[in-house]
Amino acid sequence: MAEQLSTPEGGDIVYRHRLPVRLWHWANAVAVFVMLMSGLMIFNAHPHLYWGQYGANYDHSWLDITPGHLRIGPLTIPTPHVLGVRAGGRIVAFPPWATLPSHYDLAGARQWHFAFAWLLVVPGLCFLLWGFVRRHFWRDLAPSRAELTPRHLWHDVRDHARLRFPTGEAARRYNILQKIAYGTVIFVLLPGVVLTGLTMSPSMDAAWPWLLDLFGGRPSARSIHFLCAMGLAAFILIHLLMVVLAGPINEVRSMITGRYRLPREKAE
Amino acid sequence: MIRLSRRRLIGSLGAGAGGLLLSGCDRIGASQTGQALLDLGEKATFSAQRIVTDRAALAPEYAASDMSPFFRTNGNRDPGTPEYAAHVADGFADWRLAVDGLVARPLSLSLTQIRNLPRRTQITRHDCVEGWSAIGQWTGLPLGMLLKQAGLRSSARYIVFHCADSFGSRPYYESIDLIDAFHPQTILAWAMNGQTLDVGHGAPLRLRVERQLGYKQAKYVMGVEAVASLAGIGGGKGGFWEDVSGYQWYAGI
Repeated sequence: MAEQLSTPEGGDIVYRHRLPVRLWHWANAVAVFVMLMSGLMIFNAHPHLYWGQYGANYDHSWLDITPGHLRIGPLTIPTPHVLGVRAGGRIVAFPPWATLPSHYDLAGARQWHFAFAWLLVVPGLCFLLWGFVRRHFWRDLAPSRAELTPRHLWHDVRDHARLRFPTGEAARRYNILQKIAYGTVIFVLLPGVVLTGLTMSPSMDAAWPWLLDLFGGRPSARSIHFLCAMGLAAFILIHLLMVVLAGPINEVRSMITGRYRLPREKAE
Repeated sequence: MIRLSRRRLIGSLGAGAGGLLLSGCDRIGASQTGQALLDLGEKATFSAQRIVTDRAALAPEYAASDMSPFFRTNGNRDPGTPEYAAHVADGFADWRLAVDGLVARPLSLSLTQIRNLPRRTQITRHDCVEGWSAIGQWTGLPLGMLLKQAGLRSSARYIVFHCADSFGSRPYYESIDLIDAFHPQTILAWAMNGQTLDVGHGAPLRLRVERQLGYKQAKYVMGVEAVASLAGIGGGKGGFWEDVSGYQWYAGI
């Protein structure tokens, strides 16, 4: 790590992502895509969400996807050709291009979902253990008090909105928006999908009834599962957008080899 | 050198993963290797659940105030055969439950006999594989008691339920292992929400195997058979939906 002895500047190549981070990232890249797409297929089987201990067709739902419409509470949004579309002789909430398998197959989707859940959970637990033991989370993800001031936050939001990304030495570390986004994914959304996923298993509910207490019932857990999954989907969209804007070759290479070329300061 | 090979390894892993996603997961799912991999995942999940959970743990039971105001019917809502219609017409007076297979004392019980045996009442949640849930109250004969009365042989591994309804020419059937068969909440229910079980919900007898999904809760149960293997029964996968749609045999997930 000779490059850490002197202060690096724009154009220098620094070692940025350690091996466990890279392995976990790519395991997740596969697992989360399979989970999201098979999850949308599973949702297609009953495109309604409820709060509470029970919820079926005649009960009060807070979200429905019906032919060409998305209803959230009192709000109905027309979604022709996107949500609630005709495919293979039936109406499906999410269209075939977004689901796994692409045709209506609840049993198949469940198989994909539960098989790849292992790829999400086992590397995830290893990563959490490593991150705490090797202090990765404290060193690289925990925001400092100064970073959390409204002034600093607002400054970073404005810079991002203007597509002004950190350069030189500042680009070595995650900025506050990255810390918040990655922290939310690692400590809220991923544990959220896993625990609410377990809550939908009737036999896990028998063994671990605290899951139902935690999420307020299986239908609530299903709703939270869906919301966390949508949160992950939104994160992935923004994440990919940022990778493209920040220089995809450099970014992807750094996630494969660990080595990252610090962006050069632009001449004002 | 090491770094280069590691880089190449991770790079090809990444490319492989991308290819896997983009080149059609459908084909992987349909291929033999792909299916074997997915089956492996399913077995791992089943085993893991059996390992980390207490086999005797009770499914949550609810208060009367938690019950669904309307408990929907689904699947077959009426077997629709002349034989079944005749049973409905005479209030199931001649209807009998057969208990046979690998048992020491095969039984044939009338509904009156079953109702006079010990009963258990429970308010539980019905979880459909599709994602909806309903809470209802069930009263019935604990299956374990019935099996003890019939005397299960040591070679018995599964309990198969033969039903009066069918989809086309395929009769509905289901099966569970002995862990669930002897679970205290596994009952042959003859009453629901304080009323005699109605046709839509599986009259006169319906299996309640709490801790598993809805497709295991066989309605219109006519026969209980103890078997050593599920091969040769129906399509051999242990249940109607397992045979027809590939649903997982273990429906605790």
